[in-house]
Amino acid sequence: MDAVTRATITLSVNGEPIAATVPVRQHLVDFLREDLGLTGSHLGCEHGVCGACTVRVDGIAVRGCLMLTVQADGRRIETIEGLSESGAIADLQAEFVARNALQCGFCTSGMLITAAALLERPRAMSRGEIREHLSGNYCRCTGYQAIVDAVASVLAGRIAAGAGDR
Amino acid sequence: MKAPNFAYLRATDLPGALAALDSYGTGARILAGGQSLMPALNFRLDVPEVLIDINGVAALTGIEIQGDVIRIGALTRHAELEASAVIAAEAPLLAAAVRHVAHPAIRNRGTIGGSLSLADPAAELPACMVALEAELVLASSAGSRTIGAAAFFRGLFETDRRPNEILVEVRVKRQTPNRRHGFAELSRRHGDFAVVGIACQADVADAKVAALRLVVFGSESFPRVASHAAAAAQGRVLSRALRDDIVAALLEDLDPSDNLQGGAATKRQWAQILAGRVVAQITAA
Ligand SMILES: Cc1cc2nc3c(=O)[nH]c(=O)nc-3n(C[C@H](O)[C@H](O)[C@H](O)COP(=O)(O)OP(=O)(O)OC[C@H]3O[C@@H](n4cnc5c(N)ncnc54)[C@H](O)[C@@H]3O)c2cc1C
Ligand code: FES
Ligand code: FES
Repeated sequence: MDAVTRATITLSVNGEPIAATVPVRQHLVDFLREDLGLTGSHLGCEHGVCGACTVRVDGIAVRGCLMLTVQADGRRIETIEGLSESGAIADLQAEFVARNALQCGFCTSGMLITAAALLERPRAMSRGEIREHLSGNYCRCTGYQAIVDAVASVLAGRIAAGAGDR
Repeated sequence: MKAPNFAYLRATDLPGALAALDSYGTGARILAGGQSLMPALNFRLDVPEVLIDINGVAALTGIEIQGDVIRIGALTRHAELEASAVIAAEAPLLAAAVRHVAHPAIRNRGTIGGSLSLADPAAELPACMVALEAELVLASSAGSRTIGAAAFFRGLFETDRRPNEILVEVRVKRQTPNRRHGFAELSRRHGDFAVVGIACQADVADAKVAALRLVVFGSESFPRVASHAAAAAQGRVLSRALRDDIVAALLEDLDPSDNLQGGAATKRQWAQILAGRVVAQITAA
């Protein structure tokens, strides 16, 4: 196989099949934002530190700034837009609003996608464990308390609702 | 910032990846998890000619027991190590350490092969490999060779890997009833690189230390085997007094650097505190 500087790829983004030709140096979030107009994924640092760019690839949370678009060939991408539309984290989003767990909102999509991984297979967790799980996502506004509160409360809610047994 | 221009090649098998490495030489970079390479590219700290993506090379994946060793493919993600029942049972030191490597989204992509090839002095997995006396298997188009972890890590971001080689797998001896482990690190925030850390394996028979492999990382320029600490422990009964002797002997082993993370004297003290905790873990096990 030869090395290329542009590549044609097919992928699914929020359930929609997409074909595109992209420069290989482009990272996934630039593709989502610039080419597809999905601006819910944010770019804070572009070196893996802030977590604002978190998206799901084949169901797993990754740093969108550290993955090339060309590497998403054949993959299933989910962004905050798709997760919001599906209602999968509606309870978490409502709790973020209720508890003021966002101010400027820059970190929020990344926080939600990171926290969503905990809520899929809910198990009882201490605040310390929740903080550990969220440790890769920076928030410059809230001081984290309300974010941890929101995640803890939705986690408790889902456990009580027996979501863990599904 | 954005990555510079480069070309991209998706390898589908190991011979193909090695052949590409041969033809592009020092202008090529292997792309594994990308969790260290991509930041370097986005910062333009590195301007390679071509990236050889090995994520599609199935031969580099998997964790398996093979006789008395565990084979860990170079493409094994940190999250796979963390979740592996084989690792939890057969290499518990790795299971304890990998939780300290970065954050969940980074562990979902980052690989053991990438971490070992990069040889960041503050990385957890290289130190564990040295403590576990792991063997690293490197392949080139001329064949493959095996090297012990202690010989592989040579300095700051410096390894014995040659430019035409790909790290293929690591081989770790399986847990034995006499083997105990300890791990502790100091970092500013959970998931950050260690300011100082200690990975330790010990063979203990009849409450006596038959072998102690205590490895200090973070404060040193590469995983440092604490040979004085090991000598102080040899043949002695695990006890509070032994713990104090190991901690005292460790001073002879340390050569910390002064940097923004702290002064050398401070790091010596932190290393001694962590060593005390690790020996306590081994004593309690
Ligand atoms: C915010 C952040 C925090 C982090 N915190 C930690 C931490 O606390 N502890 C820690 O240990 N790490 C940490 N990391 C780094 C992370 O663990 C990386 O995954 C790891 O260092 C590199 O693995 P990779 O698979 O991503 O390699 P890549 O980034 O793909 O590659 C790294 C280097 O190794 C080479 N390479 C990769 N695989 C091979 C191979 N099989 N053979 C030969 N060469 C190869 C590449 O060419 C490149 O030079 C952090 C990263 C980020 C972004
Ligand atoms: S933009 Fe990706 S981690 Fe900050
Ligand atoms: S709400 Fe502003 S960064 Fe988190």
